[in-house]
Amino acid sequence: MTSTASGGDAELTGLSASELAAKISAGETSSEEVTRAHLDRIAAVDPEVHAFLHVDADGAVEAARGADEARSAGGAASPLAGVPLALKDVLTTSDMPTTCGSKMLEDWTSPYDSTVVQRLRAAGVVVLGKTNMDEFAMGSSTENSAYGPTRNPWDTDRVPGGSGGGSSAALAAFEAPLAIGTDTGGSIRQPAAVTGTVGVKPTYGGVSRHGLVAFSSSLDQAGPCGRTVLDAALLHEVIAGHDPMDATSIDAPVPRVTAAAREGAAGDLRGVRVGVVREFGGQGYQEGVQQSFRAAVDQLTELGAEVVEVSCPHFEHALSAYYLIAPSECSSNLARFDAMRYGLRVGDDGSRSTEEVMSLTREAGFGPEVKRRIMLGTYALSAGYYEAYYGQAQKVRTLVTRDFAAAFEQVDVLVSPTTPTTAFRIGERVEDPMAMYLADLCTIPSNLAGNASMSVPSGLSAEDGLPVGLQIMAPPMADDRLYRIGAAYETARDAATGGTLLDRVPRLEVAS
Amino acid sequence: MTAVAEIMDYDEVLERFDPVLGLEVHVELSTDTKMFCGCPNFFGSDPNTQVCPVCLGMPGALPVVNGKAVESAIRIGLALNCEVAEQCRFARKNYFYPDMPKNFQTSQYDEPIVFEGHLDVVLDDGETFRVGIERAHMEEDTGKSLHVGGADGRIHGAEHSLLDYNRAGVPLIEIVTKPITGAGHRAPEVARAYVTALRDLLRSMHVSDVRMDQGSLRCDANVSLSPKGSGEFGTRTETKNVNSLRSVERAVRYEMRRHAAVLASGGEIVQETRHFDESTASTSSGRPKETAEDYRYFPEPDLVPIAPSQEWVEQLRTTLPELPWQRRRRVQQDWQLSDEELRDLVNAGALDLVAATVDAGASPAEARSWWVAYLSQQANERGVDLASLPITPEQVARVVELVGEGTLTHKLARQVVDGVLAGKGDPDEVVAAEGIEVVSDDSALQSAIDEALAAQPDVADKIRGGKVQAAGAIVGAVMKATQGQADAKRVRELVLASCGQE
Ligand SMILES: [Zn+2]
Repeated sequence: MTSTASGGDAELTGLSASELAAKISAGETSSEEVTRAHLDRIAAVDPEVHAFLHVDADGAVEAARGADEARSAGGAASPLAGVPLALKDVLTTSDMPTTCGSKMLEDWTSPYDSTVVQRLRAAGVVVLGKTNMDEFAMGSSTENSAYGPTRNPWDTDRVPGGSGGGSSAALAAFEAPLAIGTDTGGSIRQPAAVTGTVGVKPTYGGVSRHGLVAFSSSLDQAGPCGRTVLDAALLHEVIAGHDPMDATSIDAPVPRVTAAAREGAAGDLRGVRVGVVREFGGQGYQEGVQQSFRAAVDQLTELGAEVVEVSCPHFEHALSAYYLIAPSECSSNLARFDAMRYGLRVGDDGSRSTEEVMSLTREAGFGPEVKRRIMLGTYALSAGYYEAYYGQAQKVRTLVTRDFAAAFEQVDVLVSPTTPTTAFRIGERVEDPMAMYLADLCTIPSNLAGNASMSVPSGLSAEDGLPVGLQIMAPPMADDRLYRIGAAYETARDAATGGTLLDRVPRLEVAS
Repeated sequence: MTAVAEIMDYDEVLERFDPVLGLEVHVELSTDTKMFCGCPNFFGSDPNTQVCPVCLGMPGALPVVNGKAVESAIRIGLALNCEVAEQCRFARKNYFYPDMPKNFQTSQYDEPIVFEGHLDVVLDDGETFRVGIERAHMEEDTGKSLHVGGADGRIHGAEHSLLDYNRAGVPLIEIVTKPITGAGHRAPEVARAYVTALRDLLRSMHVSDVRMDQGSLRCDANVSLSPKGSGEFGTRTETKNVNSLRSVERAVRYEMRRHAAVLASGGEIVQETRHFDESTASTSSGRPKETAEDYRYFPEPDLVPIAPSQEWVEQLRTTLPELPWQRRRRVQQDWQLSDEELRDLVNAGALDLVAATVDAGASPAEARSWWVAYLSQQANERGVDLASLPITPEQVARVVELVGEGTLTHKLARQVVDGVLAGKGDPDEVVAAEGIEVVSDDSALQSAIDEALAAQPDVADKIRGGKVQAAGAIVGAVMKATQGQADAKRVRELVLASCGQE
C-alpha cells in the first residue's frame, strides 16, 4: 500500500491493521514503534481534523510495551495484538474520560470499562484515545459535538459523517488503522461511506452494549471500523460474542467473519444471490452516488453473483418510525443526567431546589439536537399519544423486519447506496434537521430489524470527487456474508483502479 | 396546614355507605442480590456501601434480571392461586426523583408475571373472607432520601437531603388486590387480616423478611365509599405510610369515616395520596399534584421478555411449603383443638410460635398454655407482637422441660421466663444466676415441716387422727417458709409421713 500519510512514520501509519499485526508479530517492528508513529501522526494532523477528544499518549505507549512484552514472552494476545485503535467516546473507559461529545459529561471518567474495551485490552489492542461524535450519538455530521466539529480528510470544509465522524476521520486521516464506532441509525456506516472507509454494524446483540452509553437501547450496536474489510473482520472477532452483563446479547457462536473475508478476497461470488433494494434510489439521490452504486452492482455480477431487484415496500416508513422509537428511548435513557450523582451540576448555590438544579443543569448541559429528541420522545410516549406514535412506530418496525425476512427468502444479501449523497459541507444542514435526518435513510432499516450491515467504499462520485459507500445487508447472525461479499468487491475494485480508494485522499496540511 | 377533618360516627357510615377497598402491598424479596445487579441485598449496612454502576444508573450500565427473584415471584403467585404469564415484559416507569438513579423505575406495567388469584383470609371470629388478587408484578425499589433540617424528616422545609442508594434496585413484588367489596363493617378488619395472612404466607415461604417496621412489607390502602345499594364506586384515596398491622385497620377505618363526612356534607373526595400518622391515627393530604402524573410507560428495551416454561412453573409448585391455612388445618387435628381454641391461637399470633415450641420438644398443651396465657399477657403489657417478645420457642420448650423434670415449679418457671425476657440469658443461665431451684433437700424441708407442725399442734393432731385433708394448711405454711421454692407435692408426702399417714 502506498501511503499518503505523513507526520509520523508514514511507512507505519500507511499500513493496514493486518499488515501492522504481521510486522509486529514477525518482530520487524514493535507495537511501541507503531503506537508512537500514530501518536506523532495525531499530533501532526489532528489540530486540522479534530478526530480526537482525548488522546492518552502515555497510556497507549504503556499498553504497547505490554503487548511487546507479551509477544517476546511468546504470547501475543490475539491477531491484532499491539495494533493501535481509536475509540468512539461513547464507550466507557476507566482510565480516560467518557464525554459522549456532551458538556453534560465533561471530564467525567467512568468507574468501569465497557465490555468492548475489556475485550480490546485483553486482545492486546492499544487504545490511542477517544474520538469525537455528535452529542450522545445524535446526528449525522459530528457537528452536534459540544467540542466542535470533526473535518473530513477528503475535504476539510466537509463533514466526516456522524455520529461517529471522529472514528471515520481518524481512519481516513491515517491517525489510527482501526476504530470502534456505534450505530443506532447509521452512525458507523454513513461516516464510513463519506470518508472512504469500511464500517460494520453487527447483528443487534452480536457485540455487548455493556458500557455503551445508551442513546436508543433497542437500536444501538457497537461495531468495527477499518480501512479494509479484513481489518474490520479481525476487529469484529475481538469485540463480538456473548456477554452476561448485557441481557440482549446473543448467546451463540460469533459468525466466522475473518474466514469469510479471506474467502471473499479470492473473488468468487458464484452462487451468491444479491438483491438490489428497489426503494433506495432515484429522487433525492446524488447522481454520482447512483452511478457508483450501479458500477458496484455490475462488479458483483462480474464476480459471479446473481443480482435481482427486490422490493421492500415498508422501508419508506422506516425513517419516520425511527424518529419516534429512537427519541422515545432516548428521552428515558438520558433522564439519568440530572446533576445528582455525576457529571455537570449547574446552579447549586444553596438557594435552589433539587428540581431547579436539575432543570438548569439539563438546560446548560444538553445541546439543541439532544433537547429536540428528548422533547420529541417525551411527547411520543405521553398518555393519549403513545398508541398513535410509539405504538404505530413499533408496528412499522415489525413490517420492516418482515420485509427483510421476505427478501432474505429470495437473496443472500441486499445492497443499496449507504447514504443518498456524498459528504456535505459543514454548516450546510445545521438549520434543517429533516435534511440531516435523510442522510440515514438507507441505513435505518437494518437498525430497526436488528440485522447485520456493512458499508464498503465503492469509489468516488463523478461530480465532486468524494467517496461513496456501498451498503451490504445480511440477516441476523449472518454477518459473515457481509465480509465475504465486501472483501470480494473490495479486492475487485482495488484491482480495477490500481490501488485503494484512500490512496487518493488529499495530503493534509501537517502541523509543524 | 389543613384543619382537622370532620369524621362521621362509624355506625352511621355503614348505614349510608358500602366501603370498597383495594390493597397494594410491596414486599422486598430477601434474595442474596439485587433485582438487576450483583450487589448484596442486605438491610442495615452503612449508606452507599451496596452499590455498583448498575444500581447507581451510571452511563452505559445495563440491568440483568435476577433469576432467583423471578422464581420467588412465581412461587408467590402460585401460593396466591394466581395464573403465571407464559410471557411477560418489564417496562420503564418514567419520573424524576433523586432517589431513583435512572429517573425511571424498571417495573412491570401491563404484563405482570402472575395474575388472577385469591387469598382466603381468616377473620377474628374464624370466618373466612376471600380476597381476590388482581396481579403481582416485579419491580425494583428506590433509594432512600433523608431530608435534613425540616420537620419529621419530610422534604418540606428541609435544608438539604442525603441519599442512600443501598436500597436502590432491591427486588420488590407488588401484590394488588381486586376491589374488596361486601366486607361492610368488617372492612378495616378484613384489611388487617389480609395483610396479616399475606405476611404469614410470605414468611412461611422464606421469600421475604416481611418486617413492616423495616419497610420490607409496605401497604398502601385504597379506600372509597359507594352510596348504599348504588353499586357505583366512589372516588378513592390512597393512604401510605401504614407501618403496622394495627395501622392498616385504623387507617382504613379513619378514611371510611372521613370520606363519609365529606360526602354527607355534599363535598367531593379528592383523588389523592394521603399520609397516615400513627400518633393520631388519622390521615393527612400529601402534597397535592398540580397535574396528573404521566409515567410514559414503555417496554424496557434493555431486557428480554421472561417466558417461564410450564415445566419450571410445575417444578416451583412442588417447592411450596405447607401454607399457613393448610398448616392450621393439620395442627387442629394433631393437637385436637376446638375451632375456638384454634382461633384464639391464630388471633394471638401464636400458632407458629406454639408449633415451633412443640418442634423443640414441648407438649402441645404446655406450649399453647405458655404462649396464649402468660406470654400473651407479657406482650400486651409491653405493647408488642407476641413474636417480638425476646424469648424463643426453644427457650420456652426448655422451661417446660425443667418443670417436667421437677427442677422448677410452675411459679418458679415464670420467674425464669421473666429472667429470659429481661435479657438475663437462657433458662439454664437464669436458673443458675438467680439461684432459682426447687428445694428438694428433704432434711431442709423436714425441719420446716417440724416447725410448722409444732406451730399448729391442733392441725397436726387432726392429721395424725386420719384427717389427711388438713395437711394442706401445713403444706401452705411450709411453702411460705421456703418462699415457694419447695415442691409442694413432696412437702405433702413428708407432712403425711411425719404424721404417720403413709
Ligand atoms: Zn448494584
